Amino acid sequence: MSDFASARVAVVGAGPAGLYAVQSLVASAPGIRVDVFDRLPAPYGLVRYGVAPDNQKIKSVTRVLRTPFDDAARIRFFGNVRFGVDLLRADLVEHYDAVVYATGAQGERLLGVPGENLPGCHGAKAFVDWYSGHPDAADTTFALDAPHVAVVGAGNVALDVARMLVRTREELAATDVPDRVLDAFRQSRVTDVHLIARRGVAQAKFTVEELRAINQLADVDIVVRPDEVTLTREDEGLLESHRPLRSAVGMVREWARRPAPGKPRRIHFRFLRSPARLLGASRVEGVLLERNEPLADGRVRGTGQFETLPAGMVVRSVGYKALPLAGLPFDPIACVLRHRAGRLIQENGEHATGEYVAGWAKRGPSGIIGTNKSDAAETISSLLADFARRSSSPAKVGDPITRLLRARGVEYTDWASWLRLDAHEVQLGQAQGRPRVKTAALAEMLELCRASTHVVTESTP
Amino acid sequence: MTYVITAGCIDCVHRSCVKECPVDCIYEGDRSLYIQPEECINCGACVPACPEEAIYFEEDLPEPMLAHLKDNDAFFTLALPGRCGPLGSPGAAAKVGRVGIDTPLVASHPRREAETCAGE
Repeated sequence: MSDFASARVAVVGAGPAGLYAVQSLVASAPGIRVDVFDRLPAPYGLVRYGVAPDNQKIKSVTRVLRTPFDDAARIRFFGNVRFGVDLLRADLVEHYDAVVYATGAQGERLLGVPGENLPGCHGAKAFVDWYSGHPDAADTTFALDAPHVAVVGAGNVALDVARMLVRTREELAATDVPDRVLDAFRQSRVTDVHLIARRGVAQAKFTVEELRAINQLADVDIVVRPDEVTLTREDEGLLESHRPLRSAVGMVREWARRPAPGKPRRIHFRFLRSPARLLGASRVEGVLLERNEPLADGRVRGTGQFETLPAGMVVRSVGYKALPLAGLPFDPIACVLRHRAGRLIQENGEHATGEYVAGWAKRGPSGIIGTNKSDAAETISSLLADFARRSSSPAKVGDPITRLLRARGVEYTDWASWLRLDAHEVQLGQAQGRPRVKTAALAEMLELCRASTHVVTESTP
Repeated sequence: MTYVITAGCIDCVHRSCVKECPVDCIYEGDRSLYIQPEECINCGACVPACPEEAIYFEEDLPEPMLAHLKDNDAFFTLALPGRCGPLGSPGAAAKVGRVGIDTPLVASHPRREAETCAGE
């Protein structure tokens, strides 16, 4: 291990998985040198671009995630570097003693029903990217002109989307959404959001923390139909042994019991309903729902009974999935990188020496931000155990990566330039009484980074 | 708002929640753990980790456990016995390590036999 005390490790992806991997590395091997790469000039991945703008308390996890970068000589950030384009897998394997892929889940599952391609039907990722000010959505617009919106899915993302759609203008004005997003929400005509869950309340994936945020909405009635939240005997057994689930289900069933006070907007929870088809000629006008009945094992079966739900917008939120990436070994069934305890496994079943995976690319899109801490710890303990077993001392000397990126004309950004962009956003926010105002366009982000960016003019071979 | 560690932790202290906390805001006294309410980000990751089911969101605290809300806070805002000042908000429990002192409420709690803890 002593040979590897100052080893060089690359982490691809500066989201929570990648940054908890850095933390774990630094805590266990203080002399180690880590380069963190991200395709954006801003770090934090889904903490910045996934955690909803009205949940700033969770976003404050960045206080912890940024600490390794205080040691600027050892822990470096390379933003605006696209893995697989600007920097290849072969580059990383050549220049680092180990590589940790924490590339997340960039794809999305589909409903697989007729009408899904109609205008007005959107993936949750596009909507979340848009309100989060992600550069991928910098040119996207959402006209929130339909009073009724159907959100299909029963996870935390579905609840985030539903909640954002019914927030008051005042509530949204206290968040960090880009100005043009705030304008779109100000003109919103949305009054009713219908959450469509295929299975029963005890099988829903959302956490009690997310339900609590719904419960606290100022201007919103929560509508739950008592006959859609009955429990099977098996459900009751499940709740008995699982307190967080018991709290979540208890909260939803309590909503079903209490009368709606008559507030201007509503969230309707619809359990045991599957979209069979999206309705509309030239754009979405509604959803044909099939009623499901619960089976003992928690799955459901269609009953052949249908109802029509009018909705001028449909947001599909049935799960993210990792995509095959840069030739990394991929399990197409589980939709994750192939691995054992975080060690990348090649097609022939052997370890890809020195290559590891953490986060959603490893376990699929599940859990909360905090889940990434123990997930990354497992990967890093595999990595360090392998270092201890490797006989050759690390051969990686010098700093070939900056040279390589410059030679390719990659305008990478560093931690100091992120701090500059960060300060700009926070300052903009302060002027409006908001935590920050996000810059969404990549060109503008780079502009704000530039004073401390390593701009490349000469082309060194 | 914060999560609160209640009496179930006293004399068991599995520490399984400490590993899960993404902001390392769960501190160790002597006979119990305590959540720093200002550092807690309300994610709830600690709740399912606790084999004693001792952790609650403050709004969901059962009546007999209500005193632990103020008591968790007191661990950080009062000068504990033998200390000249409060612990405050150190930013990370790992930096502080085991404090080895408890709040008066926890210190006065009847001693619990280790065999009665979950998994013992």
